[in-house]
Amino acid sequence: MKQAETVLEARNLSMHFGGVRAVDGVDFTLSENELRCLIGPNGAGKSTFFKCLTGQLRPTAGEVLIRDVNVTGREPHEIGALGVGIKTQVPNVFEGLTTEENIWISARRWHRPARARTLTAETVERLRLGDVRSDPVGQLAHGQRQWVELGMVVAAEPWLVLLDEPAAGMTHEETVRTAELIQEINSTATLIVVEHDMQFIRMISRKVTLFHEGGILMEDTMEAISADARARQIYLGHRA
Amino acid sequence: MRLPRDLRGTLVIAALGSGFMLVAPEVLAFFTIITLSQVIGLAILALSLALVWGFGGILCFGQTAFFGLGAYAYAVAATNIGGSTGAIPIAILVAAAFAAVLGYFIFYGRVSDVYLAIITLTVALILYSLTRRTSGPEYKIGNALLGGFNGTTAPPLNIPGDPQAVLFPEHTFYVAMIALIAAYVFCSWLVRTHFGRVCIAIRENETRAELLAYDIRLYKLGIFMIGAALAGLGGVFFSVGVSRVTPDVFSLSQAAVAIIWVIVGGRGTLIGPVLATFALHYLTASLGTQSILNTNLVLGIVLIIFVLLVPKGVVPTLADLVELRRQRRIARLRERWLRARRPHTGR
Ligand SMILES: Nc1ncnc2c1ncn2[C@@H]1O[C@H](COP(=O)(O)OP(=O)(O)OP(=O)(O)O)[C@@H](O)[C@H]1O
Ligand SMILES: [Mg+2]
Repeated sequence: MKQAETVLEARNLSMHFGGVRAVDGVDFTLSENELRCLIGPNGAGKSTFFKCLTGQLRPTAGEVLIRDVNVTGREPHEIGALGVGIKTQVPNVFEGLTTEENIWISARRWHRPARARTLTAETVERLRLGDVRSDPVGQLAHGQRQWVELGMVVAAEPWLVLLDEPAAGMTHEETVRTAELIQEINSTATLIVVEHDMQFIRMISRKVTLFHEGGILMEDTMEAISADARARQIYLGHRA
Repeated sequence: MRLPRDLRGTLVIAALGSGFMLVAPEVLAFFTIITLSQVIGLAILALSLALVWGFGGILCFGQTAFFGLGAYAYAVAATNIGGSTGAIPIAILVAAAFAAVLGYFIFYGRVSDVYLAIITLTVALILYSLTRRTSGPEYKIGNALLGGFNGTTAPPLNIPGDPQAVLFPEHTFYVAMIALIAAYVFCSWLVRTHFGRVCIAIRENETRAELLAYDIRLYKLGIFMIGAALAGLGGVFFSVGVSRVTPDVFSLSQAAVAIIWVIVGGRGTLIGPVLATFALHYLTASLGTQSILNTNLVLGIVLIIFVLLVPKGVVPTLADLVELRRQRRIARLRERWLRARRPHTGR
């Protein structure tokens, strides 16, 4: 069988803030069509790692390669233009615009007006945002705002998707729907999902990467990580 | 996608503006019509700031730099060419080109919002002191003497291509009014285009816009230059209305009143700041004839009142009130309808 192609690679990636080593010498590879989960205690460096991958931060050292192209130090819009979508941990939405307008801005980046309109309508349905399509996003409940952001990500039809705590603050039903959506997205895209919710991770993932103090502690299935004494101590122990 | 508010409102306002244009010379004093051309120039300045700040989210404290450059460029070009035909596009281009250079360093250098306000204001004030130092026969561009703090003569408008056919003041008023209406319709259209919507999105959240693969530097530079071009056009009509350009176009108080117009009229609307310009100009003009109250003091009080009591500005606040009444009416109708449908269950 042919080895799946590596679509994303970090080589010795480091991001230091003064003395804080938020990300420290990370080597990471992701294969095409994977659905990878990233876990780790608060402050482990997961979000900072995402920011380095998407150009929001310029890494102190190391390289980021997307489909074998070195993209270290590129602007966020250049990374986005490669077909990479990200949902950030702190929601980044256009507060004063409506749900539809938010999603349209994303769809219109890639499509002519007619297609952008239908894609917007489809995305609104897909994320079950029909009831709030004309409401300013600033007035929506937290879970719905998360979905609007997710809608913006999927409306751009990216092939590589990074989701930073997509189910945070959601009700149980919303979480289940989000897990379904992630599976759907995975049929056309490669994903990395950061989550703290173990049940959620069991719902979606095969391979899990455990971050700790800016580095990768281990990479395995959720079962294996749950069984590992060290992992339990630094992470699962805190949360149980 | 349904447009939240289509261009119908814009066209209604444009029609009202045209009505005013036709009626004003019939009912207003000749002198008032002359001053109005000047105020229209200022209103175009307000419109440009409404676009750049209200929609682009760029607090350009020194929008007057482009306004003044437009005014000076017009005066100098018209004096040299001997006519207004080519001078107007030159004024617009000079303002836009200056904004291109300044904006390039600001946006591609990722200067923060606060510094942008300070830098643009500083640029306006530098132009103020530079132009004030141009008295003396050596400060001459072609045939145009810059004239230091006395300023330079701004030739009147003429019929395009015919420098001898100088326009009468009421015709200048028509031209200025048409320019204002056209600029307003243009801005209304612009903020509804893809470009305009991306600028609004950038105002709402720069990070998200970038992550959606929009080069925000380019969009900001674009709207900044369009705003500067409009401000330059405003400068043309202002200088024609006054028949002179003096360094005062670059002064601190001129920069401040432009900000006040937008705050009073309302950020996020285009017509608000335009109307505020006329209203506040009328207010200060009528205060100018008495000596009890200082004009700047009154403007300062107006600003404080608005910032504290009507922070959104007049037009958005009125729009909110209308919307509130509409919703109450809908709720009342629905209640009545429900009661009529189920008379036996109602009270
Ligand atoms: N801009 C910054 N300046 C200074 N320190 C930072 C900055 N951003 C992150 N850090 C620090 O880097 C470390 C990693 O933060 P990061 O947000 O990446 O953690 P995380 O794994 O995403 O945590 P969480 O699960 O709470 O979201 C933390 O100690 C944090 O305080
Ligand atoms: Mg995080």
